[in-house]
Amino acid sequence: MDLNLLWYLVPSVVMFACGVYGFVTRKNMIAILISLELMLNSADLNFAIFNRFLFPGSMEGMVFTLFAIAIAAAETAIAIAIIINIYRAVGSTNVLESNKMKH
Amino acid sequence: MVGNIILYFVVALVIVIFSFMAIRTDKILRAATYLLFVLLGSAVFYFQMGYQFLGAVQIAVYAGGIMVLFVFAILLTHKPNDKAAPMESHRRIAGAVAAGIGTALLLYALFTMPMVCSSNGTMLSLGEALSGDQITMKMIGEAFTGTNRFQYLLPFEAVSVLLLASIIGGVTVGRKR
Repeated sequence: MDLNLLWYLVPSVVMFACGVYGFVTRKNMIAILISLELMLNSADLNFAIFNRFLFPGSMEGMVFTLFAIAIAAAETAIAIAIIINIYRAVGSTNVLESNKMKH
Repeated sequence: MVGNIILYFVVALVIVIFSFMAIRTDKILRAATYLLFVLLGSAVFYFQMGYQFLGAVQIAVYAGGIMVLFVFAILLTHKPNDKAAPMESHRRIAGAVAAGIGTALLLYALFTMPMVCSSNGTMLSLGEALSGDQITMKMIGEAFTGTNRFQYLLPFEAVSVLLLASIIGGVTVGRKR
């Protein structure tokens, strides 16, 4: 018994499925963003896993994961700025209540 | 080798349990904390697979930066002791169906696709995959500062411009009018 590709991919699949479920069912915008982070993190993990187990001589998956982490940070910062702005305008972070583009 | 397997099981269990709790809990601050545990668990996976720099970046950027942003945003938009409305909507069945079908398809693909690398037609184990030369900081630095094949100076600069744009955009969007 030894660790191989499939062992590492199974927790990643579970993480992604949890992200999908949370993204569809949550009503709070920050909770939706948390589910999105779960999905992004699962994809990042997959890049590193496939790089390590299928192409152990190269490091392109790791470099791509580094770029993905940087872009995820920028995306989260912008999303949180937008959510705080919506909270100021509407008074709530519920997606069902923020259904107007303009007051 | 046995230690590696025990570490794998502990971390995989942490990731699975805290992923479920992060999407099922009713308190938003707890969801953020559970997300932090999931991110730290993936950092342990990176360390275990020999990507020390990637694990450090994961802890510094995700656990250090993004989680602070999340906690700030939650505290700014939620009153403490606030009996918030339940965060889950009526689309619970749709979410469960989407997640279930997705998981089933992904697991089916995982266990039927031929994903082999070594010459004798079996999958590489972690020990075999780690047996090559390690990734050093020198290799990472050279990959980010050159323009030849497998070198990424242009995306590196593009990401720096993107981060500057997101700083300015965050200030502009979040500012009080």
